[in-house]
Amino acid sequence: MTRYLPVLALAAAVVVVQLAVSAFKAEYLLTQLTMAAYYTLVTLGLCLLMGYAGQVSLGHAGFFAIGGYTASVLSTAGAAVIGFAPWLSLPAGVAAAATVAVVIGVPVLRLRGHYLAMATLAFGFIVSRVILGTALLGQADGISDVPAVKLFAGLVVSGRRPLRVQNYYLAWAAVALGLLLAVNLLGSRVGRALRAIHGNEEAAAAMGVDVGRCKLAVFVLSAIYAGLGGACLAHFNGGIGPGEAGVMKSVRYVALVAAGGMGSPGTAVAVSAVLTFLSLRGVFGLYDDAVFGALLVAIMLFAPEGVTHLLPARRRP
Amino acid sequence: MSSDGCLLEVRALHHWFGGLHVIDDVGFSCPAGAIKGIIGPNGAGKTTLFNLVAGSFAPRSGSIRFDGRELAGLPPHRVAARGISRTFQATRLFPRMSVLENVMVGMHPRSRHGFLAGLAGPLATGREEARVRDASRGVLELLGLGPLAGRNALDLPFGRQRVVEIARALASLPRLLLLDEPACGLNPRETEEMAELIRGIRDRGTTVLVVEHDMSLVMGICDEVLVLGSGRRIAEGTPREVQADPEVISIYLGDDDA
Repeated sequence: MTRYLPVLALAAAVVVVQLAVSAFKAEYLLTQLTMAAYYTLVTLGLCLLMGYAGQVSLGHAGFFAIGGYTASVLSTAGAAVIGFAPWLSLPAGVAAAATVAVVIGVPVLRLRGHYLAMATLAFGFIVSRVILGTALLGQADGISDVPAVKLFAGLVVSGRRPLRVQNYYLAWAAVALGLLLAVNLLGSRVGRALRAIHGNEEAAAAMGVDVGRCKLAVFVLSAIYAGLGGACLAHFNGGIGPGEAGVMKSVRYVALVAAGGMGSPGTAVAVSAVLTFLSLRGVFGLYDDAVFGALLVAIMLFAPEGVTHLLPARRRP
Repeated sequence: MSSDGCLLEVRALHHWFGGLHVIDDVGFSCPAGAIKGIIGPNGAGKTTLFNLVAGSFAPRSGSIRFDGRELAGLPPHRVAARGISRTFQATRLFPRMSVLENVMVGMHPRSRHGFLAGLAGPLATGREEARVRDASRGVLELLGLGPLAGRNALDLPFGRQRVVEIARALASLPRLLLLDEPACGLNPRETEEMAELIRGIRDRGTTVLVVEHDMSLVMGICDEVLVLGSGRRIAEGTPREVQADPEVISIYLGDDDA
């Protein structure tokens, strides 16, 4: 089935990169490659929302931060709550992001276009300011000393050096699973309904599609991807800071989805992996945010259908 | 169905936008298995009436009963689930989707799989997807669109797009098909083909309600016609009856408001 090619290509690329990195004794790169995977989860979720349901969110860093901070608080100051099963911090982070997505999604998704973008932008600002104003969340210092979390079968989400290879595979397995689920969804009845909504809401409704419910469901799903990325990265990094909730982070995710061509989760993952990795390696230096802002402007001006459309004409997947 | 054989019964319907009373105490009925036309001059309220039946907005007052159950106030997707399907005056096919995919969206009310099954993939949804695909291909074949199944819907010529939109609306096997000016923008030959197509749909058992400007189409295919003028019901009857109605003649030939 050709639609699973992106998943297989991702799996192959992940293995090849790890072998190459190990062969060249450059395993220190695995740290940023792992972090890039968790950020790519956000891009992937946002790709479903923007590319298929046609809804723009400029607040997805907010969901990432909600996942990350929930997991961090439950693993540090709130450790007594889930002390019996510390791994619960991950599902708790995901659940927190999903719950907030439902609460804000119901009113906000009534808006369209620019209004929706502005409402989600405001949501991102609110999350950012709440973090900076709340002592429990460490305010400007963030939360540090977030412990590693043991999963099953000896897997541990941790940034410790001996666990680098394991964590690299764990993170990218999460992305591959996320991509697999996304490809499944897009090929299904619900995926068709989402594309129909993107194309024409009135016509989709006239065909029996519950437009409001579909939009909310994919909004929550995209928040779940972001929340999982945030929760995992907090454990991997051993902490989280308020910068994760910043508006420029949200703009960055939008730019990555746009560069990936909106309607192609596989390309979005590839673009996100490469650019996020370069950014984490400091390649863009002090111009980091500017690079992503410029990328967004350039994509909108020159390749609104995504970078792959700059290639010679070919059949779209 | 109600005892008198009417699939759709509209009673005392009122609607206004701001201070403009666009539907003023309109009532009519649509017999099961018939083609019913709604005609009237521009601004008569035809499209508003049509959109009220389709659920695009809720009427200010009055009742719309379909198969004996109230429709007024239901959102469009619930109206569709009850067995009413529609086309649009300016065709609204889904861009970036093939002709077949457009028709498959039309099968939405006849398929069940939701979000979780969609995430689980073909193991959960494969059989239903195959059924949806086969049934959609069947609808395309029936309307002579089979060879176009893989084409991007918006790449087709305008006349073909209109037929694809009807195929999409038929995919849900509606009991009532609402056609909004199906001949609009078609040339005379295409209009004649459209008339044949609509008759064929009726003959296969689907009741049709058609809003139309093109008199030859309406008079040629409709079993009954409702004439609207300035938001009011002017006349109702067979095409022959309404054509002989003095009030209808006056609004069309323009006694005072041409």
